[in-house]
Amino acid sequence: MLLRMDMSKDLVAASATPLVLAILAEGDSYGYAIIKRVAELSGGHLQWTDGMLYPVLHRLERQGLVAAKWSASEHGRRRKYYRITREGRAQLAAQRRQWQVVDGTLRGIWMKVCTA
Amino acid sequence: MTTFFDRPLEEQIAQWRAYVRRRQALHDLDVEELEGHLRDQLVELTKAGLAGDEAFLVAVKRMGSLDALSREFARVHSERLWKQLVVAPGAPDESANTARAETLVVLSLAVAAALAIKAPALFGLRLGDGNEPFYVRNASLFVFPLLTVYFLWKRRAGIVSGLWLALPFAAGAVFANVFPFRASGDTWVLTALHLPIALWLAVGFAYVRGRWFAGAGRMDFVRFSGELVIYYALIALGGGVLTGFAMMMFKAIGINAEWLAQGWLIPCGAMGAVIIGSWLVEAKQSVIENMAPVLTRLFTPLFTVLLLVFLATMAWTGRPINVKRDVLIGFDLLLVLVVGLVLYAASARDPQAPPDFFDGLQLLLVVSALVVDGVALAAITARISEFGFTPNRVAALGENLILLVNLAWSAWLYVRCLRQRGSFAVLERWQIAYLPVYSIWAALVVVVFPPAFGYR
Repeated sequence: MLLRMDMSKDLVAASATPLVLAILAEGDSYGYAIIKRVAELSGGHLQWTDGMLYPVLHRLERQGLVAAKWSASEHGRRRKYYRITREGRAQLAAQRRQWQVVDGTLRGIWMKVCTA
Repeated sequence: MTTFFDRPLEEQIAQWRAYVRRRQALHDLDVEELEGHLRDQLVELTKAGLAGDEAFLVAVKRMGSLDALSREFARVHSERLWKQLVVAPGAPDESANTARAETLVVLSLAVAAALAIKAPALFGLRLGDGNEPFYVRNASLFVFPLLTVYFLWKRRAGIVSGLWLALPFAAGAVFANVFPFRASGDTWVLTALHLPIALWLAVGFAYVRGRWFAGAGRMDFVRFSGELVIYYALIALGGGVLTGFAMMMFKAIGINAEWLAQGWLIPCGAMGAVIIGSWLVEAKQSVIENMAPVLTRLFTPLFTVLLLVFLATMAWTGRPINVKRDVLIGFDLLLVLVVGLVLYAASARDPQAPPDFFDGLQLLLVVSALVVDGVALAAITARISEFGFTPNRVAALGENLILLVNLAWSAWLYVRCLRQRGSFAVLERWQIAYLPVYSIWAALVVVVFPPAFGYR
């Protein structure tokens, strides 16, 4: 099993938008569940400071990439649920292409570095 | 999210919530969202076997630094750092219902004030047509009683105190209208100028709920007055723009809207704006920085420099003050301004704080104003026999004297404070104790001057 590594702050910040959008593309969700899903998907490597998710969500909401709605949770208190919008899906697709380019490029050079 | 049956845990959450709420960049809804997160986390941690307070520590730690969080929130919602004046619903301690009632009361009073100024027209005293002296003399009587009603309503004062406060207004109405003023004379102008100052004290009594001598009410009334002047000036600016557009647009279709502007927009707006401005000042007290002390800080050094340069120029060139008709009134206004600067500096000062550079500057301002006024007075008294005593001149001299006494004693108190022999609380007390003097003198001018000078 991999040891936990410290991810660079910039990388965490840059990956936040596509990650959140992708998780919301799976289905509507709320803050705490999104954080849990991130931890699950990354095998615990991507550890966000919990609070920091919320400014990200609010920014996406302002940009119109997600929409939010307050509705009752299973425990009676209300909770803010987020849903990806059409613009959000388009943005997700664009980000995905960008990340694939980065990923592909890095893969190419790493093969060479490793085999050299 | 869940409510916990663990009492201490709920208390800890409540404390955390109160702490987070103090952040300006975080609104109540955001705090609710974050609290939901905290509670979800707590449920999971306690399920995993942590005790309540342990779980709380871990959950708060995972939430991360609140400073960083509110910085991020401020970046997303930058408009939140600009304090917004939302009139309804008001302070958290008052319900939306009272806020709505207040809005209704204020709007009715503003409309009443706007209609009041049009009421004399029903009795044949139309605005214009040479009735200006009547309107100018009575200007404050159209709106100050309504403003008083607003404060009586807002402070939930009884009917009895309301009836007492009706007396000064009734007296004002009598003295403004029973005298046979000569249209070409000066005494009706003096009445018009002094009646508002006299009646403002009655408004003040309603503002402090009749307890003029108790507590900090009077200083609050001074602050209120300063802010009202600033708000009124801003509303008047907006009103000017509105009037200008009305004239321009109707002119474009060949209709002269002058009667609309001069007969309705300007007089009704000027009256209604007093009520609306007061309401805004009342509503914003804690929301927006007080402007009057800021302007005081800004202009005290500038006026000090002006006075010193003026004195130096006079000493250097040896030019005497050219005593003309309005010179005395000009220097009166200068003293009024300096008293205002001292008053508003005192209103914003923490009386317990030790003297600083700004207090020294204030003293310099007061002393140089005293010297300038002394020079002007010397020049005027030297030639007063030439002019004779007109009502204007006697009123101006009286005011000069009143302001001089205030400033001279203030200067003395400043010296004591700067030498750490007295406290600034004394200076503040002196300034607010002096307030009724202005109104009493103004009342004297209104009551005594017209008959004493034969309604000239």
